[in-house]
Amino acid sequence: MRIVPFIITAFSTILLIVIFNTRWLVPAPLGILLSPQHGVWQNAEPADADFNAILRFDGLKATTQVYIDDRLVPHVFAENDEDAFFVQGYLHAKFRLWQMDFQVRAAGGRLCEVLGATSGTTDLLNAADRYFRRLGMVYAAERSLSLMESDPVTKPVISAYTAGINAYISGLTKSSMPIEYKLMGYKPEPWTNLNTALFLKYMSYDLASFESDFEYSAARNAFSKVIFDKLYPLVQDSADPVVAKGTVFDQPANKPMPPATVDSLYLTFNPDSMSFPVVPQKPDRDNGSNNWAVSGSKTKSHYPILCNDPHLGLNLPSLWFEMQINTPGFNVYGASFPCAPGVIIGFNDSCAFGVTNGGRDVRDYYTITFKDDTKKQYRYNGEWKDTDFRIERIKIKGEADFLDTVAYTVFGPVIFDEKYNNRNKDGKNYAVRWKAHDASNELKTFYELDRSKNYLDYVRASGNLHTPGQNIVFAAKNGDIALRAQGEFPAKWKRQGDFIMPGTDSTYMWQGMIPMSENPQMFNPARGFVSSANQVPADTSYPYYLGAAYPPYRGLIINRELSAMQDITPSDMMRLQTSNYNIFAEFMVPLLLKAVKKPVSGQAAKYWELLKSWKYNNDPDEKGATVFAVVYDSLKAVIWKDELAPLQKYLVPSESTLLEGLLKDSAFVFLDNVNTSEKETLEDDVLLALEKAMPVLVAADRENKLEWWKFKDTRVTHLTRIPELSRLHLNNGGSSYSVNATKATHGPSWRMIVHLAPETEAYGIYPGGQSGNPGSKFYDDFVDHWAEGKYYSLWVMTPQDFKNDRIVAKMSFSR
Amino acid sequence: MIKAYKKPTMKFIIALFLIILLSFGACLYLPWWSIAIVAFIVTAIMPLKPYAAFLAGFFALLLLWGGLSWWISNGNENILAHRVSVLILKNDNPVLLIIVTALIGAVVGGFAAFAGSYVRPRIQKV
Repeated sequence: MRIVPFIITAFSTILLIVIFNTRWLVPAPLGILLSPQHGVWQNAEPADADFNAILRFDGLKATTQVYIDDRLVPHVFAENDEDAFFVQGYLHAKFRLWQMDFQVRAAGGRLCEVLGATSGTTDLLNAADRYFRRLGMVYAAERSLSLMESDPVTKPVISAYTAGINAYISGLTKSSMPIEYKLMGYKPEPWTNLNTALFLKYMSYDLASFESDFEYSAARNAFSKVIFDKLYPLVQDSADPVVAKGTVFDQPANKPMPPATVDSLYLTFNPDSMSFPVVPQKPDRDNGSNNWAVSGSKTKSHYPILCNDPHLGLNLPSLWFEMQINTPGFNVYGASFPCAPGVIIGFNDSCAFGVTNGGRDVRDYYTITFKDDTKKQYRYNGEWKDTDFRIERIKIKGEADFLDTVAYTVFGPVIFDEKYNNRNKDGKNYAVRWKAHDASNELKTFYELDRSKNYLDYVRASGNLHTPGQNIVFAAKNGDIALRAQGEFPAKWKRQGDFIMPGTDSTYMWQGMIPMSENPQMFNPARGFVSSANQVPADTSYPYYLGAAYPPYRGLIINRELSAMQDITPSDMMRLQTSNYNIFAEFMVPLLLKAVKKPVSGQAAKYWELLKSWKYNNDPDEKGATVFAVVYDSLKAVIWKDELAPLQKYLVPSESTLLEGLLKDSAFVFLDNVNTSEKETLEDDVLLALEKAMPVLVAADRENKLEWWKFKDTRVTHLTRIPELSRLHLNNGGSSYSVNATKATHGPSWRMIVHLAPETEAYGIYPGGQSGNPGSKFYDDFVDHWAEGKYYSLWVMTPQDFKNDRIVAKMSFSR
Repeated sequence: MIKAYKKPTMKFIIALFLIILLSFGACLYLPWWSIAIVAFIVTAIMPLKPYAAFLAGFFALLLLWGGLSWWISNGNENILAHRVSVLILKNDNPVLLIIVTALIGAVVGGFAAFAGSYVRPRIQKV
């Protein structure tokens, strides 16, 4: 042995291995990542991948066959429910495991565990993990889980689903793990029923946690009541409610009554803090959707057609996974959530169903007075009441665990206090009362909807849905159509929960829930259609307070179009669902054009002309759409900023407030800039807005980005926001005020049209692909078709189709 | 003369293929750096001059990792290599990703084989 050269070369070898095995010198462990037998190459799925498999698992009762079609949609044929949900869990994990893991980590405040305390410029610990823990996400999920597990219907469903996921995970090796685990350097862990409950709570966060209580409170303290009510009015004149105007509602036996102190303590200026906590994350205000059903009286075939497109964040892997599940008990096709058993939006042999967000305010805050800094007791109904404490342990990659002690009161967890997000450090404690904290079993809603045969089944199934409140649309082959503004909602008195409420006694608490039978609903209305698009569920004759933050415009255009249509076919419905017509612009643009009497000159003239010749379509190539978007944004700032800027954090009044204000009164009070001595008019404001919009327009024009699709820049981003795993710069149209509600990172996440003729005819598409693997050709293969507004024909397989050419593989599951 | 020329060449070729085969086998069960153990053991047993040992380890892994990643990527129509090459190399270039992969295997294999060749005493000239 030659010692010196041996030591030198051996040391070099070890050094090389260390370099390529760690992040010590290079940013990634390149040896682990690039080893063809271990690393990312193993995720390069062959273009002609063979998905055939024969699998055996203990716990299965019979043989389940899964036929995989050419779009990678699995068609599951099981002998019983439990096997079906086991196999669904297995398939979700096979195609979407990392996404499922990541979604429940986000929901349960466990991102720091794998990403560290910060990610890029995001303070993950405070803005994400602590926030979700303190909001009580895990607490809420545990409560709902105990209900799901005590229900003899859902217990076997959720358990079989979890077992299926774990069956897949236990067969994974380092090489076969999803690529994100390799890139981020962690491993999957066993699935639990709690994960599924957490995911459902995440949907409640996304859909039922929008509120502006701190912003409203700050505005109330800053303005007179008259001005406040003009900024944030309770009634939208233009709204066409979900349940048509003029519907007669019974007066309830127990109408909620406001407390005696409401005028003195609550509705008017309150000498409490002007500086409120900031809610670190809010769901997108446009998390909405469209759904409608037309009855046979309006269709060419005389059979109903049901349509639904839920608008959510556009991500890869997609929130949705398409599949068919067939058992002796039911045969359902549609979009499922990886993380939850069943089909959420879909159809079976008898009927179809879909959802839009209800958007009701079910999250309120109460100020809590603790006896001392230990927070062991708080003031409640004249006594000191003991606090419950929940200790949240947040693991942080590469750092010591972070322990957060959260005080729980009769109202709920104290989310903001001197230790968390209270900018004033004024010692104020805010407890959050959120409807999603209550135990509920939404899983059962979809379990029962999937097997509904008729209207009564649908009504019963809907009754299980408490939070997030959803407008559930229904249509059946027997001709019935229906829509229910479903959910369990607090019965509130007028303005209850719009502001921070006193929490020293029970007078401001929610007094009870609205009986579900009193939820607004429609069944086979004479007009021949039902629809919802997140607008207010009913008009002011509804006996309960509904709040005010509803977007009216998509509902208006849908109802206008549906009223006018006759002899409807599925292609008419596709045209409506992908329509880029901007109804808000139809009202707003003429107002702006009319207001400006002076000729617009100079550089701005070109853009003003584009706006003038625009026909209100937010089509991809429209330059006028871009001009409107930029000028309107600028106009909002011109009109509102002078009044609202003194507030540290404020809510920009809604577009309907501005539009209706201008329509009612050309001398709308907010047109005047309070910081100048002159009295500004709409013309002044529009011209100023145009001037302020010029740099944006000129820059876009110079970069050749004036076409709406380029300016809007729609993208479908990977959940980690890694651009290389995302699809950017999609050529498509749409807007918040169009039926095609596509914005930059948000829009129709699943489009579905079901024609309930004797032979079901259905179409659907989502912006993603069935595989969550970025190394698969099925990762994003639907995206371009989606952007073009195309649909796939949804194929409900029958046992006669087992030899059909569209089947590319067969997986068999047995014990 | 011819014999003396042929013998080390044969040994080199045998070592090269042994490293390829055993590395592939080892990586089915062991971590990626088992390629270094394989290359080390092969050259520790086979009498090769140090530079020849280095080249055997280097080219064995260059061929194995380059070949495997090329074959995988080809079957994948380079979908993954396009994405990952931008992510890791900041350059949309599947071929470059294959080359980088091959070179990482090659330098580790080469140095391990280099070290292995020094385990034995100096090869005596016949």
